[in-house]
Amino acid sequence: MAVQVGEIRVPINSDQDIVLARQKGRSLAADAGFSAVDSTLIATAISELARNIVSYAKKGEIILQTLRESRRKGILIIASDNGPGIPDIRLALRDGFSTSGSLGLGLPGVRRLVDEFQIASAIGQGTVVKVTKWRQDQQEE
Amino acid sequence: MEVPILKQGEFLIATIQAALSDADLEHLRLALVQRVVRFRSRAVIVDVTAMDVMDSFASRTLREIALMIRLRGAETVIVGIQPEVAFAMVQLGLTLEGVGTALDLEEGLAYLNQKFKNIN
Repeated sequence: MAVQVGEIRVPINSDQDIVLARQKGRSLAADAGFSAVDSTLIATAISELARNIVSYAKKGEIILQTLRESRRKGILIIASDNGPGIPDIRLALRDGFSTSGSLGLGLPGVRRLVDEFQIASAIGQGTVVKVTKWRQDQQEE
Repeated sequence: MEVPILKQGEFLIATIQAALSDADLEHLRLALVQRVVRFRSRAVIVDVTAMDVMDSFASRTLREIALMIRLRGAETVIVGIQPEVAFAMVQLGLTLEGVGTALDLEEGLAYLNQKFKNIN
């Protein structure tokens, strides 16, 4: 069972906050010992999730948590909003699908950047996406 | 955060110096296209060495810049994509299809000089 050892909350209200959220995520990842490549993957995932909040829900929140299991460290990213919700999650997870005229690679792309991916959404209530990235070099500790 | 655009003969060089918001990227797009027109530039180099994240919006905007500049008859070369950033872009499924890329500013300039020397 993973234990949460730290938390940063970043309110997302504008495109400026997207930059702030991914910078905080990157420094959290670096502090947790993630490699430069993994820190970049984490920052990129945060950027995409935060952008979805701005594009679809206007405002929401990114919560970043450092996790520790017996033998490994990870970062949990929670992107939540009270926006319109996603009518068809299966469709939204398909490569090439988008309703905002973007590249349509948001969620499937994010899923490829991380190790664990969860999404819950209700029409008119909002969306919560939880993704986790684990450190790759855990055996060396 | 405004991106400085340097005129270097027939080329323009835009050097991104820090993380850019969406609005900054849109501003860069307009500024570059306007300057290509004003200076009758043949090519634009966008140096992204300092960009630590290239997400879907950033790569789409760079692609749009290149397409708009091509419609003016000029060429765009993106230089300095960091290895980690390239890794993340490919994982995310982003491509800069149809946009020239080079290792760094020096390589980008060498490529353009070579290309336009042959035309002149």
